[in-house]
Amino acid sequence: MLRMIASRLAVGVFVLWGATTLMFVLIRIAPGDPATILLGSDATPEEIAALRERLGLDENPLVQYLAYFAQLVRLDFGESFRSNQPAMEVVLDRLPATIQLTLAATLIAVIIGLALGLLASRRPDGVVDRIVSTIAILFQGMPTFWVGIMLILVFALTLRVLPSAGSGSFAHVVLPAVTLALPFTAIVARLSRATLTEAMREPYIQTALSKGLSRGEALRGHALRNALGPVITIVGLQMGTLLGGAVVVENVFAWPGLGTLIVQSVSYRDYSVVQAAVLLIAVIVLALNLVADIVNAALDPRIRVGGRA
Amino acid sequence: MTTTIPLPVQDPRPWRRSLAGVSGRLGGALAVLPLIVVGIYVLVAIVGPMLIAYDPVATNLAERLRPPGSVLADGSTAILGTDGTGRDVFAQVVYGARTSMIIGAATVVICAAFGMLVGLAAGYWGGAVDIVLSRVIDVLIAFPGIVLAIVVAGLFERGLLVVIVALSLSGWVSFARLTRASTLSIKERDWVAAARVMGVSTISIQARHIAPFLVAPVAALLALEFGLIVLGEAGLSFLGIGLPPSTVSWGQTIAAGKEYLSTAWWISAFPGMALALLVIMVGLLGDQLNSRYQRGGAR
Repeated sequence: MLRMIASRLAVGVFVLWGATTLMFVLIRIAPGDPATILLGSDATPEEIAALRERLGLDENPLVQYLAYFAQLVRLDFGESFRSNQPAMEVVLDRLPATIQLTLAATLIAVIIGLALGLLASRRPDGVVDRIVSTIAILFQGMPTFWVGIMLILVFALTLRVLPSAGSGSFAHVVLPAVTLALPFTAIVARLSRATLTEAMREPYIQTALSKGLSRGEALRGHALRNALGPVITIVGLQMGTLLGGAVVVENVFAWPGLGTLIVQSVSYRDYSVVQAAVLLIAVIVLALNLVADIVNAALDPRIRVGGRA
Repeated sequence: MTTTIPLPVQDPRPWRRSLAGVSGRLGGALAVLPLIVVGIYVLVAIVGPMLIAYDPVATNLAERLRPPGSVLADGSTAILGTDGTGRDVFAQVVYGARTSMIIGAATVVICAAFGMLVGLAAGYWGGAVDIVLSRVIDVLIAFPGIVLAIVVAGLFERGLLVVIVALSLSGWVSFARLTRASTLSIKERDWVAAARVMGVSTISIQARHIAPFLVAPVAALLALEFGLIVLGEAGLSFLGIGLPPSTVSWGQTIAAGKEYLSTAWWISAFPGMALALLVIMVGLLGDQLNSRYQRGGAR
């Protein structure tokens, strides 16, 4: 297992190098001069030239790339053009809000998704199963940003029970978290239905049933524990998708997280902040994938002993 | 030991039996529903803009924010109402269908073609080619696809081509992975070995003896990815970094309607419904293709 972790870490370092390089190339080939954008349209050419020099924008791209890397290794992500604060500080300021939102959404998705999966697998292909799979299809196909707007329409504007935007209280989290959770709930429901249905055919369940347990008891008492592994893996693997979804959903609800920051910084060409934010997301995604694998290995002795296929 | 012969079990609850019968019969009719609905979308995308005149930049402030079904001063009916600048929402839904279809189709074709080429190369040759490809994919999937698309679309000038490139950047990965995995198993089959023994060139083997067997699995993925790409485009346009305002897009209409949500819900509601229905039906179509292919493969 240590070997697995070590090799995954090595791949992770490589991926981070690739990710930063990709960002560097994208930003350099994008049109628009940051110095001009920063100073506005009424700046004199001399002012622009001075700022370009201060920011190192006139150097040869390879020199810029190496300088950029030397900075990154020292965990220096440059300064935000807009706020003159260190870019990583700006990004880390916004991180807790995004974590709060994604955690709330994960919690909702796992609880409701597992409940739906349990309901559906009581009688595969029965009426409830079909209703659950229809719900899953709807949840997965509806665009989250539109669902968010419709939830604002119903709960904030018509019923006036929840705030439509902003953050600060528990009530503020509800609508964005539910919006973000919907497609993920569908994934968890489908997956847990499949794994639970499969587990119900295993010999140990047959034993439990022949000893007189009801199907529901066997599901909750025996199959559920074994179906949890894939669900945990999918939670880890889908974290990237969830963070991506959060980026869009945050903009619907004016949630002060990474998503609103990325969209603003991209349109202002605040390159350092964009890089720092995207890099942070990549680190989180990689770390969570690794954690999911480790947890899964700890839960399932077959993986721990047999090693990864 | 006696062998037990399973008796045909009949559910003792008659309502359940009849319900199963109904859903079984409905199942037959329902099975073609996704195809029909997607077909209607294609038709609307092609023919609709020819039948309905719509100017995305024209404004008609006298007729702004009219609810669905209003009769306008010129005698026409705004079936789905008008938006904040008096433009017809129904026309925006129709023109938006065309935009989504064009972007979805173009992007998915680019992704499939590129992904299949890369996957075929990696799966067939293996070795260094495979390692390089796998690492590139590792890098691309470390970002959520939509974040990469936001960065690319946001950094470059707003336009159709930029949106297609932004969405393709991560969209090809799933095609490459699927093609690679399929190629790995197909290349071990006898007919490939026979072709190799007979001295058929590598390119010919790949094109004539492997590629045809990739069509079925890729077709199912095509539908799935099409849905994701259409959602992605709408998301980018919603955030104001997708298509330019001169192009009608469901995402832009939904975003524009958000300002008027308390007085004119219809501006955001209808394009979103059109978008959701399309994505759901394309997804169902993909599921059908998938199960059909899997059953065909098992036989």
